[in-house]
Amino acid sequence: MAEIVLDKVTKRYPDGALAVQEVDLEIADGEFVILVGPSGCGKSTTLNMIAGLEDITDGELRIGGQRVNERAPKDRDIAMVFQSYALYPHMTVKENMAFPLRLAKVDNATVERKVQEAADILDLTQHLDRKPSNLSGGQRQRVAMGRAIVRSPKAFLMDEPLSNLDAKLRVQMRTSVSRLQKQLGTTTVYVTHDQTEAMTLGDRVVVMRGGVVQQIGAPQFLYDQPANLFVAGFIGSPSMNFMPATLENGSLRSVLGDVTLTDRVRQLVEAAEGPREVIMGIRPEHFEDASLVEATALASGGKFTSQVDVLESMGSDKYAYFNLTGEQAASADLQELAADVGSDDVPGEGISLVTRLSSASGAVEGASADIWFDADKVQVFDPSTGRNLTYTER
Amino acid sequence: MAGIGGAETTGKKVGWGVLNTVVVIYALIPVLWIASLSFKSPATLADGNFIPREWSLENYKNIFATSEFTRALINSIGIAIIATVIAVVFGTMAAYAIARLDFPGKNLLVGVSLLIAMFPQVSLVSPLFEIERGLGLFDTWPGLILPYITFALPLAIYTLSAFFREIPWELEKAAKMDGATPGQAFRRVIAPLAAPGVFTTAILVFIFCWNDFLFAISLTSTEQSRTVPVALSFFTGSSQFEDPAGRSRRQPWSSRSRSSSSCCSSSAGSSPA
Ligand SMILES: Nc1ncnc2c1ncn2[C@@H]1O[C@H](COP(=O)(O)OP(=O)(O)OP(=O)(O)O)[C@@H](O)[C@H]1O
Ligand SMILES: [Mg+2]
Repeated sequence: MAEIVLDKVTKRYPDGALAVQEVDLEIADGEFVILVGPSGCGKSTTLNMIAGLEDITDGELRIGGQRVNERAPKDRDIAMVFQSYALYPHMTVKENMAFPLRLAKVDNATVERKVQEAADILDLTQHLDRKPSNLSGGQRQRVAMGRAIVRSPKAFLMDEPLSNLDAKLRVQMRTSVSRLQKQLGTTTVYVTHDQTEAMTLGDRVVVMRGGVVQQIGAPQFLYDQPANLFVAGFIGSPSMNFMPATLENGSLRSVLGDVTLTDRVRQLVEAAEGPREVIMGIRPEHFEDASLVEATALASGGKFTSQVDVLESMGSDKYAYFNLTGEQAASADLQELAADVGSDDVPGEGISLVTRLSSASGAVEGASADIWFDADKVQVFDPSTGRNLTYTER
Repeated sequence: MAGIGGAETTGKKVGWGVLNTVVVIYALIPVLWIASLSFKSPATLADGNFIPREWSLENYKNIFATSEFTRALINSIGIAIIATVIAVVFGTMAAYAIARLDFPGKNLLVGVSLLIAMFPQVSLVSPLFEIERGLGLFDTWPGLILPYITFALPLAIYTLSAFFREIPWELEKAAKMDGATPGQAFRRVIAPLAAPGVFTTAILVFIFCWNDFLFAISLTSTEQSRTVPVALSFFTGSSQFEDPAGRSRRQPWSSRSRSSSSCCSSSAGSSPA
């Protein structure tokens, strides 16, 4: 049990690549922290520096209050679960799990007991004498977890431990990882590029981009108060809708028409002193079928009418997709996000808009629909810096 | 369904069995033939029967009658083992570096070792002969071990680096995280995985040293360091009337009392290696 502190930690690879830049992060004892970001943003590098598998170029890493920059991995008392599981192919499941204890020269009876305990927790008892190559992906994953938990380390590091599993098993394992962490109460740093995992698992989420931390906070906070365009676009699925807009004495003009900002939003934007040409962002669930909205709310929000491009009924809600004519919002952050999901080379005509409507909505594919959106939930971004002008620490 | 599947696999098994037997027999015929000859008496040597009419252990008695063959056996085994151990140890280190590290001149190193392996050995025999005589290595064990290592190392480096590339190095990281020192990680995780590759390489290198004829005949002159292939070559026509091959063709190196220099030039001209 220990807290982990990264103090301006920087990593420059020998070939000159700056992989991680001045990361400041304090992980409390027992906390579950998620590092998330697009591919190549330095998540694994950060984790490997905590593990001791990569040298720290600059800055200080403290575990339990002690500087550990120069300590070998084995002297840091940290366990790691790898994306590939990295099970020893020449050892049985039992030997794999016992390996850290054997290295620590624990006596036989204790090894037996601890391995048995871990196998019970992870439901591996009947596989103990099998070789890893004969196990399914989920079982291998559990063996890797077992090897990490047997010696009760100060912290767990996990590098995309679920990404090799199929979608259904991943959801299942996600809950068991979460339960296991709560049960053991061990400080955990978990790397993923899946924002759903980030939202559901962590006490706190660290969003990284190009080796720089963008924002650190509880999942819900990141969702409600993204610090910049990048975080806003990365967190949430389907992601936030963005479009160019113009600020004009208290109202926002965009392809969705003019909307009068609420006092709260207007004060924030004024205090932030941003430009007049901005990017407006609204999450899909902040839209609604206008016919289902009460009159008072209807008057205070924005409203537009357009033809429904595609309608997906999920049972509980309906997703309506629109294609509006107009310039797409342009910014470096959004470009990078698009590149990460691979949609940057899909020729986009106009602005595509995703809305989540109540299942009671009468919207029909191909027909035009009246859509309302909540003016208080609108977020405003500076296109050049990506800064969220409506951000508040609350 | 199951019945059909079973029949199919039985049919397949029989097919493969027949094919394997044919291949094995084809490969073994020369060996079986020489084994059969070894049990024949000199009189029936050339009768053309595969199974000897009268079995005789005469040949085996004769071969061990003098120290010539046993001594060659000891030389061969000793020289081959020492050369193999040294080549595999250095080959392992080099291959590990090639598989794991990026260092300047890596490709040059690989290229140079390739060149050595490709270099016609015959062209080195005369210079080696002169050098070894000058250094007093001629007709000694080190005199053969050194050139064997030279030519076995590229072989070892190639085979081993191919094996090493297949080892998932994340396992080494995992071992470190599990609390192993670099030494422990190598011994308990990497070495067991590399062992099959090292054994394969050792066997290949051993066979290479064991079978060499060119260097062995050129760089030795007495029983002190003569290896089995050379000793065997001297059996041919050791007397005019005994000829294990059943023919009386005289080999250029069949005279036992040649000077070493003539041996050198003649073997270079007619090397089977
Ligand atoms: N050994 C290395 N030498 C040089 N550069 C490296 C090395 N390893 C990683 N990098 C670079 O450092 C950056 C961060 O890499 P890292 O592996 O930490 O990314 P990541 O966030 O884990 O990505 P992914 O989600 O794809 O695993 C990348 O730009 C990568 O090219
Ligand atoms: Mg990674």
